[in-house]
Amino acid sequence: MRLADRRRLFAAGILSGPLAWTLAFMFVPYAIMFTYSFYTRRFPTMVPDFQLGNYLALFLDAQYYQVLLRTMKIASLVTIAAVALAYPLAYFLVFKIASPRLRAALYVAVVVPLWVSYLLRAYTWKTILGSEGVLNSFLVWIGLLDEPTPLFLYNQFAMVITLTYIFVPFCVMPIFTALEKIPRSLIEASKDLGVGRLRTFLAITLPLSVPGILAGATFTFSLTMGDFVAPFLVGGADGALIATVVQSQFGTALNWPLGSALSMVMLLIVLTIITLSDRLERAGRLDLA
Amino acid sequence: MSHIIELHNLTKTFPGGIRAVDDLTFAVREGEFVTLLGPSGCGKTTTLRLVAGFEEPDRGRIVLAGRDVTEDPPYRRAVNTVFQDYALFPHMTVAQNVGYGLRIAGVAREDIRGKVQDVLRMVDLLDKIDAMPAQLSGGQKQRVGLARAIIRRPKVLLLDEPLSALDVKLRESMQVELKHLHQKLGISFVLVTHDQKEALVMSDRVIVMDGGRIVQSGTPAELYDHPATPYVADFIGTSNIVAARVVESAAGFIVAEAGPVRVRAEANGFAPAGGTRVQLAVRPERALLVARGTPAPASANRIDGTVLESFFHGNSVRINVDIGQRAPFMVDVQLQLAMGQAGVPDAGTPVTLVIEPSCISVFPDAGAR
Amino acid sequence: MTVAADIGPVAASAGAARRLGFHSPRFSARALGTAAACVVAFLYLPIVVLVIFSFNDNTVTTLPLRDFTWRWYEAAFTNQDLLRALGNSLYVATAATVICVAFGVPAAIALDRVDFPGKTVFRRAVLLPLVLPGLITGISMLNLFRVMGFNLSLETVILGHGTALVSVVVTQVFARLQRFNRRLEEASDDLGARPWQTFRFVTLPNIRTAIVGSSLLAFTLSFDEIPVTFFLTGRENTLPMYIYSTLRQGITPEINAIGTVIVVSSLVVIFASVYMLSDKGDR
Repeated sequence: MRLADRRRLFAAGILSGPLAWTLAFMFVPYAIMFTYSFYTRRFPTMVPDFQLGNYLALFLDAQYYQVLLRTMKIASLVTIAAVALAYPLAYFLVFKIASPRLRAALYVAVVVPLWVSYLLRAYTWKTILGSEGVLNSFLVWIGLLDEPTPLFLYNQFAMVITLTYIFVPFCVMPIFTALEKIPRSLIEASKDLGVGRLRTFLAITLPLSVPGILAGATFTFSLTMGDFVAPFLVGGADGALIATVVQSQFGTALNWPLGSALSMVMLLIVLTIITLSDRLERAGRLDLA
Repeated sequence: MSHIIELHNLTKTFPGGIRAVDDLTFAVREGEFVTLLGPSGCGKTTTLRLVAGFEEPDRGRIVLAGRDVTEDPPYRRAVNTVFQDYALFPHMTVAQNVGYGLRIAGVAREDIRGKVQDVLRMVDLLDKIDAMPAQLSGGQKQRVGLARAIIRRPKVLLLDEPLSALDVKLRESMQVELKHLHQKLGISFVLVTHDQKEALVMSDRVIVMDGGRIVQSGTPAELYDHPATPYVADFIGTSNIVAARVVESAAGFIVAEAGPVRVRAEANGFAPAGGTRVQLAVRPERALLVARGTPAPASANRIDGTVLESFFHGNSVRINVDIGQRAPFMVDVQLQLAMGQAGVPDAGTPVTLVIEPSCISVFPDAGAR
Repeated sequence: MTVAADIGPVAASAGAARRLGFHSPRFSARALGTAAACVVAFLYLPIVVLVIFSFNDNTVTTLPLRDFTWRWYEAAFTNQDLLRALGNSLYVATAATVICVAFGVPAAIALDRVDFPGKTVFRRAVLLPLVLPGLITGISMLNLFRVMGFNLSLETVILGHGTALVSVVVTQVFARLQRFNRRLEEASDDLGARPWQTFRFVTLPNIRTAIVGSSLLAFTLSFDEIPVTFFLTGRENTLPMYIYSTLRQGITPEINAIGTVIVVSSLVVIFASVYMLSDKGDR
């Protein structure tokens, strides 16, 4: 057998499984979801149809587009907050910790919470911020408050805090990697040329870490947008995010066509963000060359 | 059947249209030490990889010990490779690395240990038998690589720039060791290198490659003394290459002119007509540097010039002489024969170069690079 | 780099910063260190709170602390529903991990060394779930199972987790393969090894820690998964789904206890995983 044939056989053998899996459980489901998004709801099920009503509802029905706008707002706030917290931390680890071993240990310590139970991490904030919670009882205990306030929990503030908390490690990871990749010689060269620390940071370090920031921001924005656990746990009456609405379409509201349409829109937004950040990142990379 | 391996019209084009190997044909005799020599990108490594079976030719055949192996995968070819970056298995000990080929072949565990010890003794590394590759120096790693490749007694041992990662001293001693190993084993070696010194020191025969083709094939002495092209003349050793025009052509001799310089040269099998443009090549050590006006044999060429500068090379001095050409003419002077350190002429000294006609190689201009 | 244009305003602000004393290296290092410490505290404080209150003898998580108690742990581990959910979670996570490895490792190898039409689309599709909210995976697969007429069960959850988490294995194994020296495989072929022998004796040992490390990660993530599970589970609950549903009825310290157990064991597994995925695991 010729080498080319052997390679083809190998390719077929190694690819067929993953390819079949991806087709069966990603492409086909997406196609079905896409189809359903044009169906008409007939409680408690739906009938095949081709109409854009489900999509239009998203833009014409205040109930839905307000949720979409709110989701965008919360996701943006969380993204900004997470990057703002993650950046100094990553910077500190990369540039201020001289010992590589200590740096690696601290990095792991920062990143590990990322993988620890999402639910429990969100849930602890409920116990912290609640009116009988840790924060309130602490403030009453030290005398700053006369009685517990319900202001901390069940609102957008609580959601932003909780989600920021969840996604900080997600941002530290790529920013840390990006900062570590910057050749120290570049920064030394800049300082050597008499350029000040702040200017060196703004002219060299920051632009070169943009890919890391973009990656972290993409993760955070996209995953915040699709979250329904945090709104459920710490969000209030005005705390519903787009994912909450989608979730209810497949539950209590029982409107699969609308739910599918909303999911398609979310999928589209996520894909757009990924593509955009990919483009920007590539542009950033070209900048370096 | 004295050829252990034959390559017939091998052609290999990589995606992107780069023709790495172009209609290559050569053979290696049993027990011969052949070196493929050339700069990076000349196709020498691709040729080796074709023989090993890591690449497949677009056209042509490879015959190993009388059997066509062109379509055989590497594991069915009785050749073994020593890699440039050693390619030792990092998760195995030296013994496991060296014994790998035998383990794969199903040799009994007890037998493997003995054979591993034998080859490690051969490369003088028996004391490292239980070390991990990461604990070894570059030279030691390469010995392990060698031991691993010869333990299966291949018909041909392929060596892909095996010494290029080592420092100069180590490289020179390894060259001698490789040569000894070749004699001891009696199998054919095909070495790939860009280091012409290495090629000259070790090989029975050197094949100079350029652009995927063979430029010249011969013993080290043949290549050095009778380079087929200016490319070879320049690549192997150093040559002064001067563009000239033939003004006279007769009975094995030509007379050529390059600006103010006029020389007689032996036209070895190449007899250009008057007016032809040629290139002349002279080795730096084949020209004799004398004070202006010193007598010389009538048959020799005499070229007047002025010393530009000189470079101390330890046992010799290289003197650049301006002879009215674009580039200075390099002359190597052995110190014990010369006038001693103090006698090296200063810049500006008028001198004469004495060159025998037989020491000048004549090549057609352009076309052949 | 296009930085020349920035120099003007930046230089001005740098001057201002110097006048304000921000330029002092000691000041900035200390400020940065403090900020970093605060972020780390922010990351671990809630976990500490969870652990502390799991031992606090009070039905509400409120300060000041009362006596030390094991009763929440006793309550958790005598709760039959909770134990059943725990068993379900272990089953789901194990099976999902097997799927992730079975499909993720070949996918990583294919991405590393096979060129085929549509490779970019395939790569994007396989990696998409890393960034894609689990909700979308859950809903799209729910649609699929409805069309196919499957009843929802733990098995459909397993398929969902496999789809959502295979990318964890793919990225890690792919990264290791990229660092892997292909000459080693050639050396093995050259020494007479068949392709499967080369894989078994050379490739696999060099990517083993990446496979084990990433499957530990996949296991933990599957064990804790909610968004996909929410849509794909039938009558049976997994542990996080059980916790999720009890949270509707309000907080009990029992959740703190089981939460502490989950967090601590997750931490152990993840530290092991991160170690294996690091350069040290690479050896």
